[in-house]
Amino acid sequence: MSSEHKPVVAENISKTFGQVTALQNISFETERGEMFGVIGPDGAGKTTLFRILTTLLVQTSGSAFVDGYDVKGDFRKIRKIIGYMPGRFSLYGDLSVEENLNFFASIFKVNPKDNYYLIKDIFHQLEPFRNRKASALSGGMKQKLALSCALIHKPSVLFLDEPTTGVDPVSRREFWQMLDRLKAIGITIIVSTAYMDEALLCDRIALMKNGILLGVNSPAGMVASYNNRLLAVKGDDMHSILKVLRDIKVVKSAYSFGHEHHAAISPDFGGDAVEKISQELTARGLNDTLVKSIKPSVEDCYMELSAN
Amino acid sequence: MKQFWVFVKKEFMHIFRDTRTVMILLLMPVVQIILFGFALSNEIKDVKFAVLDHSKDAVTTFITERISQSEYFIFARDISTEEEADYLIKSSQVSLVVVYDNNFRENLVRDGKSQISLVVDGSDPNTASGVLRYANSIIASSNEHILRLSGFTPLSAEKPTFIEPVVELLYNPQMKSAYNFVPGVMGLILMLICAMMTSVSIVREKEIGTMEVLLASPVRPVIVILAKTVPYFILSVINLATILLLSVFVLGVPITGSIYWLVLASFIFIFVSLSTGLLISSFASTQVAAMLISGLVFMMPVMLLSGMIYPVSNMPYLLQVVAQFIPAKWFIEAVRKLMIQGLPVTSVLKELFIMTSMAAAFTVLSIRSFKQRLE
Repeated sequence: MSSEHKPVVAENISKTFGQVTALQNISFETERGEMFGVIGPDGAGKTTLFRILTTLLVQTSGSAFVDGYDVKGDFRKIRKIIGYMPGRFSLYGDLSVEENLNFFASIFKVNPKDNYYLIKDIFHQLEPFRNRKASALSGGMKQKLALSCALIHKPSVLFLDEPTTGVDPVSRREFWQMLDRLKAIGITIIVSTAYMDEALLCDRIALMKNGILLGVNSPAGMVASYNNRLLAVKGDDMHSILKVLRDIKVVKSAYSFGHEHHAAISPDFGGDAVEKISQELTARGLNDTLVKSIKPSVEDCYMELSAN
Repeated sequence: MKQFWVFVKKEFMHIFRDTRTVMILLLMPVVQIILFGFALSNEIKDVKFAVLDHSKDAVTTFITERISQSEYFIFARDISTEEEADYLIKSSQVSLVVVYDNNFRENLVRDGKSQISLVVDGSDPNTASGVLRYANSIIASSNEHILRLSGFTPLSAEKPTFIEPVVELLYNPQMKSAYNFVPGVMGLILMLICAMMTSVSIVREKEIGTMEVLLASPVRPVIVILAKTVPYFILSVINLATILLLSVFVLGVPITGSIYWLVLASFIFIFVSLSTGLLISSFASTQVAAMLISGLVFMMPVMLLSGMIYPVSNMPYLLQVVAQFIPAKWFIEAVRKLMIQGLPVTSVLKELFIMTSMAAAFTVLSIRSFKQRLE
């Protein structure tokens, strides 16, 4: 754990499986003690990226370093200093909560008591179930146990691959609060998620799509760099509205967003965008539509970046 | 090393938490031994026979008596026509009809031979051949008495004496089937527990995803995998003891040779089976695949080609060649020699050597194919 090295450095990583390109020229760096989010839908290549960084797969080209160690050559050193929580529950269902924790502590040759302070907050909630078999825990509890097991050896970098997928909203929020506390202790956290709302909880985020890194920035910086004007459109016939929006010249892109449609207006358009779109919609026989100007979210940035 | 025992402890936890599987693993040899020993026995007992005696002289009476006295046959009745014989066999009232020719004794004295026909129901070839074998051996063993009774004395060397083909069964004079299947069951059970259970439990880690976590930890994969073999080794030793105890005390199959060498040969075979399991686990990525590979590629040939059911020497050449590569074949041969025939260890050196080489080769192969990563 040398402070002069960045916790994670990726330089032009590509990975192909046969004919399929899973990752293409991925480059980024993380800072010590930051919460770095890898955001993207299923199939974006998040898990492949995590597996390369955790030395489970070898990249086809490019290089990557964790705490200064090469993921290819120094994989044994990396395996001592990282914590990894794969996307699906991967603890022993037939062992109890306590047995799982002790087992993972012993494979890292640590005494679970020594690092208990790290997991105290998390494990505290598992205390009542310490003798329950891991398979009998609820989804949120399973994640907490998996996180405890990934943390028990006080890793320098913690890799969490979609830790909140399939977890209820309350447990998700709790989970992120725990990550915040870990960050405060100084552990660098690399976390992936398909939920855009979770991007806001990260210090910096990397947006991924189809194996390509769309951009790396802080959530605020990401939003600030969004240079389109964004409108939200609502009406009775949502289907026709979307079709019409996509036909309008000044609209760069239009897509459904929850209960409304978002339309990105090219920055070149000088006039009143709300006025213009309302007129266009009415002109095509779509009355009773509500058009308003809104602030972009990370998801809008994602849509914008992935369109280019 | 400490890590190794941590893993061994964990493996034991997995096994003992799965009570049903443990019960199956521990009871399987008992059930198999009992099934093979009693239900599937092709031994013959209390076979009813009829006699069609055209001569009714001292010799034929003597032979009939000898057959009735044996524990295998029960005299049913005397009959007088061939039709009656046919009918009795067809209606399954008797399984054997002994037919003596006319002038049995006279022929014997004059020509030095006479004919007995043994009529059996061939629709059940196993029973039929058993009945024939037993009857033959009773008649053959009575030769001397028959000669004395008939008053026949060989006149010269040219004149043929009363000679029946003498089938002498060594080692297993009663042709007890237990002698044949005990080595087979040993081979089967040990292969099943070691190869199938070991490979399935390794592949389970891949399937439930724990292997991914373990690979991203400082533990060496070889420790994870070798630790898997320890509990199954111990289970195999328990089963080995069960099989040997049951066969000696329940089936009455003696261990005529040295028990130490027998145990050593079994240990070598257990190592071969464990290494087979390791090898399977490096190919298979799902538990079902591991089960199928060990079942179809390893278990079936063990049963069919190892000489457990069919003798290897009766197989077509190609299958005989294939059989040479089946570890259980060598194990079963070694057990037959050491346990049943009571031969010294020098007679099984070849078998032990081949099994040891197989274990070494499989272990090296599987250690080389252990992956440090996911692919």
